[in-house]
Amino acid sequence: MAVATVASSSAASRPKYGSMSRDRTWALRWSYFFLVLFAIFFLLPPVYMIITSLKTSNEISAATSPWWVYHPTLENYTGLLTSPEYLTFFRNSALVSVFVVTLTMLISVPAAFALSRMRFWGSATLATGVFLTYLIPETLLFLPLFKMFAMFKEATDIELINRWWVLLILYPTLTVPFCTWIMIGYFASIPKELDEAALIDGASWMQTLTKIFIPVALPGLIAATIFAFTVSWAQFLYPLAFTTSVDQLVLPVGIITSLVKADVYNWGQIMTGALLGAAPPLIIYAFLMDYYIAGLTAGATKG
Amino acid sequence: MVDAVIQGIDARAPARKRSSLRKAMQRKSTVAFLMALPLILLIALLVIYPAFYSLHLATLNKSMERFVGLSNFTFLFKRETFWMVVQQSCIFAVTAVIFKALIGFIVAHFVHNIPSKGQRKWRGMLLVPWVIPPAMSCLAWLWLFDPSYSAFNWIFALFGIGPVSWTGDTNWARFSVILINIWIGAPFFMIMYLAALKSVPEQLYEAAEIDGANWWQRIWYVTLPMMRNIIAITALFSLIVTFANFDIVRIITAGGPIDTTHVFATWSFWLGIQGGDIPLGACVSLFMVPILAVAATFILRDINRRGSEV
Repeated sequence: MAVATVASSSAASRPKYGSMSRDRTWALRWSYFFLVLFAIFFLLPPVYMIITSLKTSNEISAATSPWWVYHPTLENYTGLLTSPEYLTFFRNSALVSVFVVTLTMLISVPAAFALSRMRFWGSATLATGVFLTYLIPETLLFLPLFKMFAMFKEATDIELINRWWVLLILYPTLTVPFCTWIMIGYFASIPKELDEAALIDGASWMQTLTKIFIPVALPGLIAATIFAFTVSWAQFLYPLAFTTSVDQLVLPVGIITSLVKADVYNWGQIMTGALLGAAPPLIIYAFLMDYYIAGLTAGATKG
Repeated sequence: MVDAVIQGIDARAPARKRSSLRKAMQRKSTVAFLMALPLILLIALLVIYPAFYSLHLATLNKSMERFVGLSNFTFLFKRETFWMVVQQSCIFAVTAVIFKALIGFIVAHFVHNIPSKGQRKWRGMLLVPWVIPPAMSCLAWLWLFDPSYSAFNWIFALFGIGPVSWTGDTNWARFSVILINIWIGAPFFMIMYLAALKSVPEQLYEAAEIDGANWWQRIWYVTLPMMRNIIAITALFSLIVTFANFDIVRIITAGGPIDTTHVFATWSFWLGIQGGDIPLGACVSLFMVPILAVAATFILRDINRRGSEV
């Protein structure tokens, strides 16, 4: 009976099918139309960076259209890539990011393993605590940390402020909680039978981690690594507060403080510097987009 | 480094206790604790301790030698700039989060609508603002907003609209920093909502369609209830981060014109690092705590609920 009704109603609606598919086509067209509009909005600044980076200072200050390059030149790029100052920023950024990523992984992967598989007294509280620390923004901590480091200098005579490697101490506070959190999630999704089998075969906990968990959770590991890298590459507040000498600066701060000389903005060079500075995360994103997005959606990331 | 310290301590343990120590070292909970120790130390020394230390700092005088009780707070309450910063921080965070969520939701729908073959490409393109380090993209915006060479004003001039003072006029400057925040954050919302949209079972839409629901009713009665959790948690996360935002205001306006675009983070940086009054800066940043705590409580409740469901 019911089947008959459905059949008859579908037969009755068959003439309407054409109009519905026409609706769909229109919905599709509108979707594309708005997507193009939004893409223009989202891609305008980076495109404008590229346009400006290809211009000479003369053309930038000329009255011609700012949206078109009449005499493209690469002199901004060659100028920056041969400037020792800029290369120092780049080197500092690269060193800081690589060390921070390594440090983060060394701290957070064993910790995540311990928290997700080997319960100990207070481990559940600690897992929640890790998540909460991730919610504490760096803008709340930079002043007390600044004062702490100044006092550390008085006590031990080791200068921390205005050294690029002070960032190696600071950045893990941003990367480790999140990386631990998403690694806990990835490790928890591995079936218990797998590590039980390894333990029965006589593997130690360390071997279980390196031989079973890390290979199985590799996608999560890659996502966490990408996260740690992009965070340490992009961080702006800590280097701005903690480093001042030109040879100690990382890219974001270096471009802003040294390329903006007095009131003379050499916009061609600034845009080139910013573009080259944005290149490493963009390249990683282009090649590892799926991991990047997996990491983004895994822990309901900062937005 | 931390491991080396731990080994050093272990080695100094009395020799006759060695066998029981070795047994303890092999116990599962001990191994686990040692594996988590670097994490615990990091969080305790560089997050928890400074967080509480800033409470202490806020009660000191400018040279940090004398305890002055709550006089930093009463001093702030009397300053008009402080109330302006409170107001501007709230306007900045709330407006930006609402528009980010709205734009993210709309764009996610459009991406979801098109054939899945092309979705990857569009998604990849639309996430670019989120991938560029904010300090770099803010420079591009600063150049787009340049007082004399603004590329936006050039377009506006074609239509005979007078030059807009993007960063020089209070209202426009407030608009500009919010616009940039939306530009950076909306793609993130888009990705989250797109993932949520994909998890809504197709049958629900079909059922709604058979019941005669129009597109608006489908969104209101099917999509929104199904996505409620992810919408809430993404917005709360974003609220925390936007409220504590530093990069955008610092680069675009540095708080100007006349301190009207300062938010908590930039003002506390201005007072603490540039003005050299660390206690007062710490005091200002502490005002972020209540709203962060409220948002964190809600997020935690949601996480725990999800955890117990699984």
